[in-house]
Amino acid sequence: MNVLEQLIDFIMDPSTWTGPASFWTRLFEHLWVSVAATLIGIVLVFPLALYLGHTKRGSQAATAVVNVGRAVPSFGILAVAFLILVEFGAGVGTPWAVLVALIALAAPPVFTNTIAGIQSVDPATVEAARGMGLTGSQVLARIELPMAMPLVMEGIRIAFVQVIATATLGALVAWGGLGRYIIDGFAVRDNGQILFGALAVGLLAIAAEVGFSLIQRAVTPRGLRVAR
Amino acid sequence: MSVVFGQADQLLDWSWVERNIGQIVDRTWEHLTLTGISVALGLVISVLLAIVVLRWRWSYPPITGAAGLLYTIPSLALFALLVPFTGLSQTTAVIALTSYTLFILIRNIVAGIDGVPAYVKEAADGMGYTPRSRFWRIEVPLALPAIVAGVRIATVTTVGLVTVTAVIGLGGYGFFILRGLNTFFWTQLIVGVLLSVVLATILDLAFVALQAWLSPWSKRRAA
Amino acid sequence: MAETDVMIRLQSVTKQYAGTELPAVGDLSLDIERGEFVTLVGPSGCGKTTTLKMINRIIEPTSGKILIDGVDALSMPAHELRRSIGYVIQQIGLFPHRTIAQNVGTVPSLLGWEDSRIAERTDELIEVVGLEREMLDRYPSELSGGQQQRVGVARALAADPPVLLMDEPFGAVDPIVRGHLQQEFLELQRKLGKTVVFVTHDIDEAIRLGTRIAILNIGGVLEQYDTPTEILSNPANQFVEDFLGGERGLKRLGLLPISSADIVRGPVADRTSTAEDARAVMAEHEVDWIGVLDGDRLLGWVEASALDGADLSEVEPRPFAVSLTADASLREALDSVVTGHARTAVVVDREGKYRGMLDLEAISEEITE
Repeated sequence: MNVLEQLIDFIMDPSTWTGPASFWTRLFEHLWVSVAATLIGIVLVFPLALYLGHTKRGSQAATAVVNVGRAVPSFGILAVAFLILVEFGAGVGTPWAVLVALIALAAPPVFTNTIAGIQSVDPATVEAARGMGLTGSQVLARIELPMAMPLVMEGIRIAFVQVIATATLGALVAWGGLGRYIIDGFAVRDNGQILFGALAVGLLAIAAEVGFSLIQRAVTPRGLRVAR
Repeated sequence: MSVVFGQADQLLDWSWVERNIGQIVDRTWEHLTLTGISVALGLVISVLLAIVVLRWRWSYPPITGAAGLLYTIPSLALFALLVPFTGLSQTTAVIALTSYTLFILIRNIVAGIDGVPAYVKEAADGMGYTPRSRFWRIEVPLALPAIVAGVRIATVTTVGLVTVTAVIGLGGYGFFILRGLNTFFWTQLIVGVLLSVVLATILDLAFVALQAWLSPWSKRRAA
Repeated sequence: MAETDVMIRLQSVTKQYAGTELPAVGDLSLDIERGEFVTLVGPSGCGKTTTLKMINRIIEPTSGKILIDGVDALSMPAHELRRSIGYVIQQIGLFPHRTIAQNVGTVPSLLGWEDSRIAERTDELIEVVGLEREMLDRYPSELSGGQQQRVGVARALAADPPVLLMDEPFGAVDPIVRGHLQQEFLELQRKLGKTVVFVTHDIDEAIRLGTRIAILNIGGVLEQYDTPTEILSNPANQFVEDFLGGERGLKRLGLLPISSADIVRGPVADRTSTAEDARAVMAEHEVDWIGVLDGDRLLGWVEASALDGADLSEVEPRPFAVSLTADASLREALDSVVTGHARTAVVVDREGKYRGMLDLEAISEEITE
């Protein structure tokens, strides 16, 4: 039986689509933990990033976060988060380790892109705004933030896609998500299940990427779209 | 699954490290070779693709689009896609890891060459460089720092991704992470994560130094 | 001038940056009267921009006092102060994500004007600065550099501030557009009676625009503060003289209207004159040509040699290349003298009636005066 047939068999199997471990359950697990992690990540770092960007103090912090973020393997973060939560008695079979690790992954791109976005605003524009009598918070809310929006959204997109990708590893720490198919498939040498999981995760990541690009385009202020 | 609190009070068990030093060296070698082969292979493919892009500009969107698509696929999924065909092997790991470097490398190579100011090229033409000599003597040296920056990002990213290959029986330091995870053994987990970070950092700094060495002109630029 | 006419008063204003020995601006005092157009000019590092930016507190002074219309500028929150002062910078700083209308309406909306009033004001202003109303819905990136700078001026004028601060506003546009913008802005300022403080590094621009020029030296030292004519004729010291550069006489002539010089009737005769009469006029003026009048129009000129055996009416006069009106500058008159064959500048009135001539001597008297 070749790989493709195995895949079709797995797809045709009714238990794939029904019951407590159905595809829909896995998809839902995968999505909610990803969305929650991204949102929490944004909420946690956005205010600080706004402040650092606005006061022009964020460049070094942003660079450091980029470099450190790249050097630390996401698998490592997940594993550490898991073992820590196990120590606290909340690890196995719960989504919390995955959630914590994914928050840690979502935060850096949002952080650095928000800072970069605000700092990319032409200083002359900011000076003109101040010169006209906008207060500090008005400059941030009316000038810097709207102009930083494309880069902020880019950061959120990168974060979200990365989170969707890494949520797959959740299966390695005894949690669900679409990664289950891959890990379980490896365990029982079921190529059909492995392929099914790989395709599901791959398509989900691509869908997230493409979908987000469309949102990004929609929220870019028109004046900036013409300029870039 | 039963929870076994191995050495809760002892995060790093040095005696384990001593006993397993041989294995740590082996895994270091594995981590380095997987990284090295993948980045090197990725660089060769990227240079070829970049040449195609520079010659036929219309090919840039489809080529980077395809590379971007590969880049988006989660690492575990890509391994999983390959395993039914290439098995739990180094080939699987290298194909996946290489494909992740392409997006980063192609974009940096093309951006580096494109980043050479038009007036510099015009001045070179004006002094009588042939298109070929201009490319090798002016454009490539000027683009080199950007290209090395790309190799740097690709390398550091790959070091991190190698850990995931533990699920297909390889992993370099990822092997320790996975084992630590499955046995709830902190020492192994910490050794795996820490060494991976250290390796990434060393390579990162090495490339920063290489970048600086390759572009002595950028150092003296006014701040 | 009465005390109440001072619009902006700087009293011993100093800006000292941390870690530098010399202040960027040290102990500068300057009075600017209502409706004046003061240009701040000087070499780079003279603190002219710092001085300007201290007036609206984009840069906070280290010490000293700034009064605007008698009110201490440091006594109110900076953003409130700034809403009553127009501000235009070289980079313009239009908000790229907002339409031209939204850009122009920025300060009125900060001041809480009603939307309808803002719309009315933007419509009015866009015409004041010479742009079409359909521009209002566009974005800054869709406009040329010159158009953007006009929008910048309109935006600064939006809430009708009595004071306008301008930091090299025309520095980034090409020379031809700059000339237009300067002229238009000058007319606009005369019409609106705003008090303008204008920073430039270009002495010619300073001379052309300013009713008074403040020449600053490194560290914000005020070397001379006077009208352009006075500065050009009596530079206070060597620094000012050097800064004015060469051609000081010419620059001064550029400021003086033809009407300020002695316009003479010159060697002219009516076209009905005989050759005899014409020669007598030429002899009197010691020239070898004569201007031919037809009533109150000057037709052109005729060379002495052409009058051999012919009366004036029988010779076709050659036209003068240029006729100037009395409000043209003496510099233009000089140009006409040195480039024309007759070595003279013809002056006519607005209807083209002949008023007289200026020769080199009459012009040079004005330079040496």
